Amino acid sequence: MLENIGINWIKKNLFNTWYNSILTIISVIFISWLGSGLLTWIFTTADWTVLKDNIKLFFVGTYPVKLLWRIYLSLAIITILGGISWGIISSKTNLFNKQNLIIIFSISITSIIISLPLGRQTGITLLGLLITIISSGIIGQKYLSKVSFFTKWLSLIWVITFFLVTGLIEGGLFLEPVKIDNFSGLLLTLFIAIISIVICFPLGILLALGRQSKLPIIRWLSIGYIEIIRALPLIGILFMAQVMLPLILPPEVRPDRVIRAICGLIIFASAYLAENIRGGLQAIPKGQTEAAKALGLNTPLMLTLIILPQAIKAVIPAIVGQFISLFKDTSLLAIVGLIDLLGISQSILANPKFIGKYAEVYLFIALIYWIFCYTMSLASKKVENN
Amino acid sequence: MKPEFLIIAENVEKWYDNNFHVLRGVNLEVKTQEVVVIMGPSGSGKSTFIRTFNALEPYQKGRIIIDGITLSHDLKNIEAIRKEIGMVFQQFNLFPHLTVLDNVTLAPIWVRHWTKKQAQEIALELLEKVGIIEQAYKYPGQLSGGQQQRVAIARALAMQPKIMLFDEPTSSLDPEMVREVLDTMRSLATSGMTMVCVTHEVGFAREVADRVVLMDEGKIVEIATPVEFFSNPQEERSQKFLSQIL
Ligand SMILES: Nc1ncnc2c1ncn2[C@@H]1O[C@H](COP(=O)(O)OP(=O)(O)O)[C@@H](O)[C@H]1O
Ligand SMILES: [Mg+2]
Repeated sequence: MLENIGINWIKKNLFNTWYNSILTIISVIFISWLGSGLLTWIFTTADWTVLKDNIKLFFVGTYPVKLLWRIYLSLAIITILGGISWGIISSKTNLFNKQNLIIIFSISITSIIISLPLGRQTGITLLGLLITIISSGIIGQKYLSKVSFFTKWLSLIWVITFFLVTGLIEGGLFLEPVKIDNFSGLLLTLFIAIISIVICFPLGILLALGRQSKLPIIRWLSIGYIEIIRALPLIGILFMAQVMLPLILPPEVRPDRVIRAICGLIIFASAYLAENIRGGLQAIPKGQTEAAKALGLNTPLMLTLIILPQAIKAVIPAIVGQFISLFKDTSLLAIVGLIDLLGISQSILANPKFIGKYAEVYLFIALIYWIFCYTMSLASKKVENN
Repeated sequence: MKPEFLIIAENVEKWYDNNFHVLRGVNLEVKTQEVVVIMGPSGSGKSTFIRTFNALEPYQKGRIIIDGITLSHDLKNIEAIRKEIGMVFQQFNLFPHLTVLDNVTLAPIWVRHWTKKQAQEIALELLEKVGIIEQAYKYPGQLSGGQQQRVAIARALAMQPKIMLFDEPTSSLDPEMVREVLDTMRSLATSGMTMVCVTHEVGFAREVADRVVLMDEGKIVEIATPVEFFSNPQEERSQKFLSQIL
């Protein structure tokens, strides 16, 4: 029975015409040739000790070992909150639908498989995070979704957590501070990407609104900014941020290199984001503003309650696409001398002990980039359907 | 000042940006609890005229006084006036990302600063009145045109306005839904609401209107009671218009 369905599906989708059949056969040959080559390489030729020996460097760079608990604590906080949010959002649906089960299953398998090249600790950490997210998801769905405090303030809790976690990682106050300029590895990549995303989003909204403003000065400034930035290459902006910012700003407030990099990324991404959001704004019928005005809403209320929610919702895929490119663009920071995930890989490869292990290292970091980008795109689909 | 008049429009003139002279000295006074129906051919400036009342359209010459407040160009005044005027549009213009109930409670909560509970109580009462209480938690997209227009009426009424403006509220409805909206408007008129309606529903005008206004080419051609207007129009232009729609 099941076999029949399978055969029918294959017939219908892969061999329905003669040219499709040829395409199918060619693709199968090509993919299996490529796949078998890759698999043979992964399991026989490749030498994964380069990952195992440097696993800490890849993930947290030169973060002080005795303060690593702060990273673990931050991870735990984010995972628990993420799980709870997942539970609350799917309070009326099944937490363990087919898609989620597939994801959970693949993560478990992955954590077992990566234990081989990366060492047991990584696999156990990943499994631990998975179990944490599932259990907090269940708690979130069963109990917390009924507590109005959580449902109402979820986004505020996230904002607070954002500051809490950055504070925890950077230190300060009563915690021993860690200089941001000493961040490296995936930690630096994530730190830069998340802060840039969080700041460029509201900036993009303001620029998009500015571009449509009735006040000519604001409109022309916004248009000028957007068009100039969009005509410049990112790498140029990053260099300028490194070199020019210290020249423009007074010496007392000379910002860290990482902060300058974040500024560069924000300057760049907000211009593109503004154009995406402008697309959403233009898609909103004039009747919406008229109805809002007729009800007595002033401009700020009209924007925040009526226009922006609809405009942003309409362009979520484009916005998330922008965030994904921003995340990938952080790899350019290696060129301006920051030791992000790519930068640390290069310095590991420069170590005579690991010379020539390019394939292993680049495959590994490609996988890490892919995991984060794919997660973002999955999340955007979830948000869109909501 | 004549306090019994809720709307006074004196010699209102307006040009659109392209110098099109759309309103050419329009005069109208609407008493408290009066129902005025405005008719006229398409493009004669009916929408533009009633949209000057709540400042959706600015005007260049003349004077508009709403409930004793002169409609100036300073924003504070505009907001005070908009609180007193409800408006219903041809295309409904409900907020598609909000439920029916949230559509109705939005302005009372954010503009009148009522508590959510208070606003919801009144909203549910209004939805009951216009006969769509069962749809309160649906989204506008899930409703028929007639239901959407009744939500739009409830949404405008939730601000407890002194005046209601209707701009062809039934023109984009399927015929079988026109009646449910007209019934709602009729009962609103009976309850004593001051109303200015742009509509071509002759039956509604005959039955509900205190006065009928005919506009053409940015001017008022004739103002009369429905009986006079429909049976014995004075102006030639009115006769011609009526012969076209009756
Ligand atoms: N924003 C605008 N700019 C220029 N002309 C307009 C604009 N809006 C309407 N008009 C013109 O003004 C005239 C009156 O429009 P309107 O008030 O909508 O008429 P009605 O509601 O009686 O059909 C029409 O000829 C229309 O083309
Ligand atoms: Mg009109």
